[in-house]
Formats: sequence, C-alpha cells, structure tokens
Amino acid sequence: MSSHRLPQGGLIDRSKPLAFTFDGKPMQGFQGDSLASALLANGRRLVGRSFKYHRPRGILTAGAAEPNALVTIGSGGRTEPNTRATMQELYAGLAARSQNRWPSLHFDIGALNGLLSPFLGAGFYYKTFMWPAAFWEKVYEPFIRKAAGLGRATHQADPDRYEKRWAHCDLLVIGAGPTGLAAALSAARAGARVIVADEQAMAGGALLSETATIAGRTAPAFARDCAAELEALPNVTLLTRTTVFGWYDGNVFGAVERVQKHLAEPAPSVPVERLWRIVAKGAILASGAEERPLVFGGNDIPGVMMAGAMRSYLNRHAVAPGRATAIFTTNDSGYALARDLEAKGLDITAIIDPRESGGADYAGKARLIRNAVVTDAHGGRSLSAIDIRTGGRTERLAVDALALSGGFSPVIHLACHRGGRPVWSGEKAAFLSPASLDGLAPAGAASGIAGLAACLADGAHKGASLAAALGFAASPIPFGPVEGDAPAAPAKVLWSIPGVRGKAFVDFQNDVHHRDLDLAVKEGYGHVELAKRYTTSGMATDQGKLSNINAIGLLAEARGVSPGEVGTTTFRPFYTPVSFGALAGAYHGEHFQPVRRSPLHGWAERHGAVFVETGLWYRSAWFPRTGEKDWRESVDREVLNVRNNAGLCDVSMLGKIEICGPDAAELLNRAYCNAFLKLPVGKARYGLMLREDGMVYDDGTTSRIEENRFFMTTTTAYAAGVMNHMEFCAQALWPELDVRLASVTDQWAQMAIAGPKSRKILQAIVDEDLGNDAFPYLAAREVSLFGGRLHGRLFRISFSGELAYELAVPAAYGDRVAEALTEAGQADGLVPYGVEALSVLRIEKGHVTHNEINGTVTPGDLGFGKMVSASKPDFIGKAMLQREGLNAPDRPRLVGVVPLDPGQSFRSGAHILAKGAAPTLENDQGYVTSSAFSPHIGSTIGLALVRHGDERHGEDVTVWNGLRGEFTAARLCAPVFFDPANEKLHA
Amino acid sequence: MASLVPCPHCGPRPKEEFTIKGAALPRPAPTADPAEWFDYVYLRDNPRGSYAEYWHHTAGCRRWLVVSRDTITHQVAACRDAAAQGHAA
Amino acid sequence: MKHARSLLLKDQRPLSRKATAMRYSALSLLWNGLRGNRDWRPAWRQPQPKPHYDVIIVGGGGHGLAAAYYLAKEFGIANVAVLEKSYIGSGNVGRNTTIIRSNYLLPGNNPFYELSMKLWEGLERDFNFNAMISQRGVLNLYHSDAQRDAYMRRGNAMRLHGVDAELLDRDDVRRMVPFLDFDNARFPIKGGLLQRRGGTVRHDAVAWGYARGADRHGVDIIQGCEVTGIRRENGRVAGVETSRGFIGCGKLALAAAGNSSEVARMADLKLPLESHVLQAFVSEGLKPFIDGVVTFGAGHFYVSQSDKGGLVFGGDIDGYNSYAQRGNLATVEHVAEAGKAMIPALSRVRVLRAWGGIMDMSMDGSPIIDRTPIDNLYLNAGWCYGGFKATPASGFCFAHLLARGVPHETAAAFRLDRFRRGHLIDEKGQGAQPNLH
Repeated sequence: MSSHRLPQGGLIDRSKPLAFTFDGKPMQGFQGDSLASALLANGRRLVGRSFKYHRPRGILTAGAAEPNALVTIGSGGRTEPNTRATMQELYAGLAARSQNRWPSLHFDIGALNGLLSPFLGAGFYYKTFMWPAAFWEKVYEPFIRKAAGLGRATHQADPDRYEKRWAHCDLLVIGAGPTGLAAALSAARAGARVIVADEQAMAGGALLSETATIAGRTAPAFARDCAAELEALPNVTLLTRTTVFGWYDGNVFGAVERVQKHLAEPAPSVPVERLWRIVAKGAILASGAEERPLVFGGNDIPGVMMAGAMRSYLNRHAVAPGRATAIFTTNDSGYALARDLEAKGLDITAIIDPRESGGADYAGKARLIRNAVVTDAHGGRSLSAIDIRTGGRTERLAVDALALSGGFSPVIHLACHRGGRPVWSGEKAAFLSPASLDGLAPAGAASGIAGLAACLADGAHKGASLAAALGFAASPIPFGPVEGDAPAAPAKVLWSIPGVRGKAFVDFQNDVHHRDLDLAVKEGYGHVELAKRYTTSGMATDQGKLSNINAIGLLAEARGVSPGEVGTTTFRPFYTPVSFGALAGAYHGEHFQPVRRSPLHGWAERHGAVFVETGLWYRSAWFPRTGEKDWRESVDREVLNVRNNAGLCDVSMLGKIEICGPDAAELLNRAYCNAFLKLPVGKARYGLMLREDGMVYDDGTTSRIEENRFFMTTTTAYAAGVMNHMEFCAQALWPELDVRLASVTDQWAQMAIAGPKSRKILQAIVDEDLGNDAFPYLAAREVSLFGGRLHGRLFRISFSGELAYELAVPAAYGDRVAEALTEAGQADGLVPYGVEALSVLRIEKGHVTHNEINGTVTPGDLGFGKMVSASKPDFIGKAMLQREGLNAPDRPRLVGVVPLDPGQSFRSGAHILAKGAAPTLENDQGYVTSSAFSPHIGSTIGLALVRHGDERHGEDVTVWNGLRGEFTAARLCAPVFFDPANEKLHA
Repeated sequence: MASLVPCPHCGPRPKEEFTIKGAALPRPAPTADPAEWFDYVYLRDNPRGSYAEYWHHTAGCRRWLVVSRDTITHQVAACRDAAAQGHAA
Repeated sequence: MKHARSLLLKDQRPLSRKATAMRYSALSLLWNGLRGNRDWRPAWRQPQPKPHYDVIIVGGGGHGLAAAYYLAKEFGIANVAVLEKSYIGSGNVGRNTTIIRSNYLLPGNNPFYELSMKLWEGLERDFNFNAMISQRGVLNLYHSDAQRDAYMRRGNAMRLHGVDAELLDRDDVRRMVPFLDFDNARFPIKGGLLQRRGGTVRHDAVAWGYARGADRHGVDIIQGCEVTGIRRENGRVAGVETSRGFIGCGKLALAAAGNSSEVARMADLKLPLESHVLQAFVSEGLKPFIDGVVTFGAGHFYVSQSDKGGLVFGGDIDGYNSYAQRGNLATVEHVAEAGKAMIPALSRVRVLRAWGGIMDMSMDGSPIIDRTPIDNLYLNAGWCYGGFKATPASGFCFAHLLARGVPHETAAAFRLDRFRRGHLIDEKGQGAQPNLH
C-alpha cells in the first residue's frame, strides 16, 4: 500500500526519518511517531491476531488502552512481548514482530478457530476436555497452552539497569493534558512543590491532537509553553514517559518512568526504567476520558478505529486514515474528527449518528445519516464496507476506514485503587469516581467534564484550591478564550445494536463478543464479576479499558437493570502493566539482599576459607589444604585438630546485645526461662529463651560484665529477632524496668579458640593469668591484650566440648587479633576451622542449634526440663508451658543416634522407625535433626527428635530415608558422644 | 494507612522500616488464671474496623509502638510509644 | 481415579438422587453449538430462601460450596442452603494463585492434604465441570544445606504417607527449569523438593463446579444474602438473621474464611484467628514460559503459568491485620525482587494486575474444622494462605463432621481446643504469631 502520510502538518520531525521493520519488512517513519502511527503511515493495517479466533486485527486506539496492536520488540534479554504499538515511540532500527500467529500474520492457521466458534463460546472449556482423564495434561492442555498466550518472552537475563526513587510533593498531577497543565501551573505559580507525571513523551495529552486554539495559540503550542514554564520552575518536577500505576495507602503513588525505552541502545550508565514512589499531600487525577467503541458486527476489522485515535493520528502524526472514511458516532466527538478530516482535504463517505438531531452544528460536506447505526462491517484483513441500518432499511457503503465514538468514560482507575466504588451517573451515562476521595481529586475529563475550555478551567480551579488548602496563595490561572472547541450535545447511549449479524466484539483482545455475555447471563453468570471471570471480558492486557463499560451496558440490558446496578469490576493496580525489572529496581543479582561480612572475613580469606551463605552472612565453612580431596577430608582434619591441638573459629556473626541498667538482671530473669538474677559478675551462663507459647525460641550465653551490665549472645539466625523481642519486653511489656539495650553484633569481632592447647595459645596475647583457678570454666571478663595495647572480653565457654574460649575484641581489631592468634598458635598446631567442623564438634558434644530448636520443642523436649525455673514468679512462656500437650509423654525428645554398622551412614531429615516397622505415617517416630561424620566416634552420628526418645536409649531402630532409598539400622543413645562428664570443659 | 506509618519519634516513615507483631494486648499478671493467659496468647478480636497493633520501628528509632488502625480503610487513628501504653490503659 | 465415596465412605451406599440439569460433555457442546447456543440452562438456580434448612452454610466460597456439595451428594443431606453475601466465589477461591499440592510435614496435616489431592484428581468427572486440574508439578527450591535437610525431612514425611516426593539436586532442577538463576550471586540454587502430582487448578471453576454440583443435588445457593446475626434459643443456634430475613436451621456451619471472626462474633465466639491480606499477581499473557509451579527458597516468591498464558505469582502476606482486599506497594516490590532473583528473565515481563485476599490466619498456621462450644454451631476456618488446595478435603471433612457429628479421620487434628490443650500443628514452628506463618 502506498503512504498514508499527509504532505504536511503534525508534530513529527520530517528532517529526522527513522528506518524500522515490521515482521522484517523495512519501513520508514519520523521522529515523533509512535510505532502505531508509523505503521499506519506506511499503510499497514493488519498488525496482530486476536487471542481465541486469531482474527485479523488493526490499530484501534492511539493510547494506553490499545487491545489489538501488541507486538514484540527488542532481542535477546531485551525482548519485550506485548508491547503496545500505540505507546512505543519509534526509534531508528526498531524491529517489531507480530504475535500469536503461525505461520505468518497474513496466513494464520489459528484463524480456523473462527469456523468452530459456535462450539467455542464463553466458558466452553469448562464443559469438555474431561474425558479421558489422562488426556488433560497430555493432550488437551499442552495444545491449549500453546495456542493461548500472546507474545513470547525471553528466557535470557535482562542486561539493563533499573532504579527506584522516592519523591515528596505538595501536589501530584497525574496527566499533563489541558486539565493537568492548568492544575499544575495554578499550584506551581503559588510556590507549591508540584510533580506532574504523564505517560507520553511530551506534555500536552489531548492538546497534542487538538485543532482548537487557546488565546490565539495552537493547542500544541500552548502545551509546549505550559510545559516550558513548568520545567523552568524550581518547585516543579515534570516527568514525561511516566505512568502513575497505583494509588496506595498514605497517599503514596507508584509510578514508572520509561527512561530509555525509546532508545535503540540504552546507555549503560542510566536505568531503562525508574520506579517512583511519590508521597503527595494532595493529588489531581487528570487522566482524561476513554472513548467507547460501539458493538456491531465486525467492529474489529482492521480499518475500524476510535474516532479520537483517528483524529490524533491525523493531527499529531499527519496520517490519513484511508481514502473513504465513515464515522459512526453517538456524540459530537465524531464531528470534530469530520471537521479535521475535511480541513485536510480528506473524503468522508458518511457520518452515521443514531441521534435524531445529532450533528446540528455540522457544516461539512459529508453525507450525514441520522437515526442510523452501523450493524456490520465487512472485509477480511482490511475494512471494505459497512452496513448501515436506518428506518428498517440496510444500506451497504464501501469504505476503507471507519471511526467509532460511543461516548466517553472518565478514566477513574486510580481513584478506585483504595477500595472506593465508582458511582454511575445516568446524566453522563458514565461511571464517575467514588465520592469524597481523601487526597485525590479527579478533574477535567476524568471527572466527567467535556470540552477543552471547561477542562482548562476545572484544572486551574482544582489545582489552585488544593494548593490553597495547603497554605499557598494560589488562584486559578485564566488561560484566555478557546476557539474551535468541540460542541458537547448529549450523547446517545447505545449498548446493543439491533440487526447485527456478525460477531460484535466487546473485549477485542480476548475475543469476547456480545453473544458471549448473553450466554453468561443465561447460564447464571450475570453478576459483573462472574461474567468477567466466565467470559474473560476485561481480563486482557488492557484490563477492560475499552471493553468494561460496554460489557456492563450489555449485561444491564440482558438483566433488565441499569448499568449502575450491574456495577463495575474492581479497579486494581496496575493502571498499565509494569515490568518486573522496574518493580525490582537495583535489587537483583548480588544486590538482591545486602551482604554481611564478618570482621574476620579477610582473615578467613587469607587462610583459604570456602564460604557459605548463611542468611545475609558469608561464613567460613572449611579451610581446605593442598592435597585434600574433598570437603570431608578438610573438615575431619579440622575437627581432629581441635580435639588434639587447638582451632580458631570465627563466631562474630552470633547476635550480641549489650544490656545495662539497674533492672538489667531482672529483664533477663523474665526473658529467659532459667534464672539470671543471681548470676555473679564475671560469669557467663547458658540461657534458654522461650516464646510466650512455651516453645523454645533461642539460646545463647549471657555474661555479667558488671553488676548492671550484661553481654548477651544469640544464635546467628535469630540475632535480629531476639533483639526485637528483648526490646519488646523492655518497652512494651515492662516499661517500668530501668534498662537499656543495644545491638552490638557489629561492634565486636568474636572468635572461638578451642582445644586442649587453647589456654596456652591464648595466654600468648592475653595479659591476665588464664590458669584454671584464675579463669575457670564460665569465667567472663574484660581482659587486657598485647601488653595493654588492646582490651577485649574473654569468655570461657565451649560449643565444642573442649577447653575453649571466646574472645571478643572491637570489630576493627578482629582481623589483626585473629592473625596474631593464628601466628601465636602455629607452634601448637592451631589452625582455623569453619562452621562445618564447628557443627561436627557440637553434635559430638550434643549441643543444640536451630536444627533442634525448630519452633515446636519445649525445654523438656531438649532435655532442659530441669533448667526451667520453678521458683521464678514470671518469665516469658511460663503460663503456656503448663499445657497438657506440652508435657505429653509421647512428645518427640532429643536423643542421639548411631548406625549399628559404622560403615553405614544416614542424613539429617531421615525419619526414625521402630526396628522392623513398615514405613508408614503411623510408624513415624521422629527424625534426624543433625548428623555428621564424627572422626572421634569413627562413624556417622546424629541427633534426633524421637517419641519417648529419652526413655529409649539403647533401642535399635531404622533410620529411614525413602527419598534416597537409604535404610540404616541404628541405635538410639544419649545425645552426647564426647566427654559426657564434662571433664574437658573444666580442664 | 500502611504505606506510611506516623512514628511518634521519627514522623511518617515507610511501612518496610517496621516489624509488625500483632494485637496490642495487655499481658496478664503472672498469677492470672490459665484461661486469661490462653486468651492473651491465642484469641484475637480481629475486628473489621479499629484495631491496635504492636509495630516495631526496627529500621528507625527501634521503639515499639502501638498503632491504632482501621482494618478496612488502613487509616491510622493514633500511633504512640508502647511504653506509654501502661499509663493510658 | 477414585471419587470421594470410594475413597472415604466404603460403608455408604451410593445415593441415587438423580441430577436434573444438563450434563456437560463434548456432545452437549456440539449439540448446543449447532442450535445456536440457545438452550444452555443456568448452571445453578437462583432460589428464594426457604424458612428452614437442615444445614445452613455461611460463605459461598470454595469450602462452603464444597461442603454443601458433599453433604448432599455423599451424606444425603440435601436440605442445605449456602448463604453468600456477594456472588459465589467472591472470596479467596477466586483470588489465589491456584496451586494445589500435598507436600505437608506434620502428621496432623499430611493425610488431610493428600486426601484433598486425591479428591482433586477425580473432581472434574465427579462434579462434571472442567476445572483444568493440571498436575504439572510443584518444585520448592533450596539454597542451603539446612533447607535441603528440612526438605529431606518433609519429603520423607510425605513418602511415609505414600505421597509422591522427590529430592532433586541442582542438575535435576536445571534439566527441568533451565532458566532459573542457578548461580545467583547471593543464594545459588542447590536443588529442590518436587511433588509431581502438585499443580494448578482454574480457581473460579472450582467454585462454579461445586455450586453447579450442589445445586443439581438440591442445595439452595443464595447469593446476595448477608448474615447479620445468629439467633440462639436456649443456648442453641436456631438460625440466622440475614439481609433477606430470618432463616432457621438445624445446624449452622461457618465457612467464612477471612470474615470468620466477624461472623463468629455474632455468636459471641472469639477465635484464634487474625485476618491478613495476601497479594497475588498476574502478568500479561505469554506463550508457554514455565511449565509447573516453582517456589523460591531465598525469598517469598512462587510462580506458575495459567493455561491462558499469564504468569500467576505471589509472595508473603503484607503483615498487618486487614479486611481491605488490597495491598501495599512495598510488598509488591519485594515480590518482584524475589521473582527476578529466581528468574532473571522475568525482568522484561510486565505485571498486569495485583489483588488481595483476606486470609484467616490461625495461631499455629493450620486450620480448624470442628464443633464450637455453642450447640449446633460448626466452624471451618484458619486456612491461612493454604485454603485453596484444601478445598475438596475441607468441604468433605466439614460435611462429614456436620453429617456424622465426628471429625473425619484425616481432619481429626484440626480441633478448636488444640490451642488450649497445647496440641498445635505448627508446620513452620513460628508459634502464636499469625503473620509469621
């Protein structure tokens, strides 16, 4: 087809031609084109296929509501399916591909579905495909899945950057059309901090397609001037290419700025999209109104277009709709189009107006057919004719373009995001925003106002009054007279059209037509929400922007009620779809979560540690040496070395809380289930913390550094939780206690020095005497290091069961101290060990971690029953711990487990069955919570929670791992494999 | 209002700075009847409408707050430091 | 495939009540298509409420409709009304992420959810409605040894009950879903727990199928009927005040999900529940992108793809009590971050719509199907965000309780007094804080 580009006019830059392709075919457009306008200018009508019947589809709108013209652009990791051609700015080299067709857009096998359409009505799939049962996953569903969907997404990673921003303002103006510009200027001139957001590349909205003049300036020039003034004001942020997609609690708005989506090759230093979270004291919704399609047969044939869209392509992009254009309009919008078409010398075949006296002011040359409707459009891949019915007669006219206008629906999407329901206005035949919205004021066309002059005035008034309410001396700006404004005689409401023969589409993309809605009503799905779900009307990528109102009107007719009674479906974010990339921002890859590194990370790295992610931390797992074949060999060596010599392990990631004040001991006494009130100064004590429901929450050692100063340690995983909990206790439960808490996890580097030679090694850097008498088991004191050059805290506590210490030094010194210790210990065989060896050592000793403290165990389950204070009047968990179920004799209790044959092993997560019992749920006795190969024992050992476990030491059982097909004969035993008399601890 | 929470110490702050615990209920006396303890730990009014919850300003002042919110509109009617609760109640 | 009766009620003879409405089949589709689709009949009647029913079920969601269906079909109690204040399926059955699975850990839960899975497997032919039950697998990823061990425990618990479970290593997972971010810079994927029989169901169709089935067996489904009060006489429930007048009943069965606390309040009953909003999302329609359900182990994210092509996904609850059916932007962002961390290619995929459902979060994360201390008042609640997959078993076990007065054996642990007695069913081990379950 030849070019539809008019020789002059439009807001395109003809000095900047842009080459692009569609389905590989080279085409040319200009700077300022959208992909849609460029396609139209190239005479391209057929741009897509519909979802179900694969009907040929063309460009229907010029904006965000486009249901048909969806294409795939970009390549590799930048592939973007379902891109609206109407919203995509043209750039040089843009390669657009059509979707949902095979083998080609022109010849699409899927179109055969159209022949089967009598059997593919609304919800047909709920009534069949049930036999035979196995066919669903194997035959029907794969076929349906392949046929469904629109574009094809890539499986490659996105190479581009994204970012997020917060912004705060007095007034957010959503939409920079006439209403929004007037509102923004009226507020901004008074000094209010204003953010204006508009989805288009330039401000102006409807002004950019408008031929009226404002105070003698053309509408686009007026828009340009307003935008320039806003840009120049320091208190204004004008965001173009920015869609406000959601209104959230607290007057928080979500918006996405398409920073580089209009460029062929995005600059790597700039994000392609930016998510804005805008906190606005007030907001104006100036989102305009959406023109409604009319529901007649073949209303989806390429060449049929919304009247406003046709006018926009004509005026803004200088694209002629066709050689013979008809206009089917129920309101005066069609006449503005007619006037503009004729002004450009284009022929109008007919104007069809169902009103008796529509177009009273029309002075053009076109044939005006009143009291008439279009019943059917004809043509395959392009419109060729229309049937016009008037007074019982049907006339066929040859046309190649048809403009539609069924009236306007205010775009109130955002106004309904916080639960407000739209209100039907019989007078305006439209749903309006919920009344009395707090913080958001619809204005202009979005509030049901028609006409350019009225929108300017309304915007100016609302912008000024919102600013005034915030204390700014604002007044509405008068913009001068508007010439050529479209008249606004009442529209005729036309839901169904009598005499229609072909498929009359309501939801274009999802192929929902009039009869589908009737069928839904007939079958009992007449509620607007049920009809939507049953027919899929309004569930396409445009979320019913065009279709919902017609669906509601048709449901109302079928049910014999008013559209207000039918009501709308729920408006929910997102106004238009938003990419994962934009929502995720920079929080992906290595920035998905923050990284926490211990102060000893560098020390561990230098000694060759293999690191493992543990929550946000990287912990040293083991320290392989040359010649070691696998991790087990390294870990075994580390374990034996701790048992025989000494090892150094980084435990800095344990949670650490400084607790001080006269009531610190009292707080601890209430937070732990065991007693803390009388802990002597200079001593550490193991503490068990319960939840209020009586289950064990966390454990750790807490030391009394001074009379009113304690140092608590928590597990790594629960460090943050315990801190929050302790603060809860101190602030919310017992604010009368005089106590202060500070998390000092990051302030201290902490290292365990464990093994028979640990005292000797440590003594090399500690100034105080570490002899057993001077520094006995559970001593906890501040110590002087390196001859007084540094002070730290030393605790004689042991996770491994060996003679052991934990040394805490200020974080910045951790690396040097660890290095000094490593060096000092070299002669005595001290080597670093990681969490894997630590885990083996603690299992050997029978110490529990969160493998055992799984949130469903009581102190008694872990063998700590005697620790629970019977004398304390109160502690967290005391009351609920008394419940029968928490004291039932058959509760799983901690026990040790070893294989009968040391050559066999088992794994954590395997279950315990009585010896010889069948593997059934009834026979499930418990499970292995922790397991490891113990070089000390010479076999795998485990801890387990087993029913009656404490009474079953010595019993033979089966460790059952059905997942791995492993069944190990094993024996239950006491959960201590090493030094049960604790002699080593006191050595 | 749950996108922004008006912390009495820090001003309006985004929701993700906070940790939410749940119903702000007075803890029974240690000597209270087991039934009263059970109510406290397990039963909830859970109303449509006004509700008081414990929120912790974890990434802010680290104070526990009592946030009185409407569970339908999410409007915050009041937000006070939890330590002040004893006096108010 | 077995139906509920053969699965569970070997002692009961089939009921002979003849369904009156048109059966759905390829043939009926063909016949009606040829006749211009003029003869389709309503899927369910729009009856006027009768003055009295043997059983009134409050809540026309999945669980309430399923309970009505099984009451009528399997237990011969057809003088039943389901009262729904809005339209049927307007609650969580129509606003979830459509996942079914029975990969539960604890003996109190595991047989119940497996019963549900078995009922799903025969459901469509049972109620003659294609709910597109699709067993394309549920894969839970793990990223650490600790998570692997936890899945080992879970998978073995499933196996012990005869539920299918496989523990996959990294290479197995890679073969199944090659485009995950296996070498994620923070939390590399090390493997996954797979239940092949898990999958998805077209959620609305579950409500419709049960409604149509219940209606065919004589149940009155009364939409637009809000319960405003519970009338008690001599301490027993006698009926309900509704927006359409008083309706008497023999037994009153609450299946009101997120609104359970409000309805129970009408009988002065305080429940161990909090109502929380959980958001869910759908992307634009895409050609087949991902086959089964995959859940992330290093953040809250799960995703599947509907037969229509949209990626259906969700994350964590927003965290605060809410009845608002709408969520918070911060949560939306967290979900997207976790999604992109799991599948980097999601970055360019656009999210179409977000919605919120109100979860009846219980104090141990597990449900309640039980009598209440009030005579004739029965409760089905506490489904947290696991209610959808439970729909068939929940309906069946509730019907069993209503009809026979004793809990079904698979739901025997779901007692209301378990909190008081300390017999909790706490899969996550989080204790009495609903927003952590």
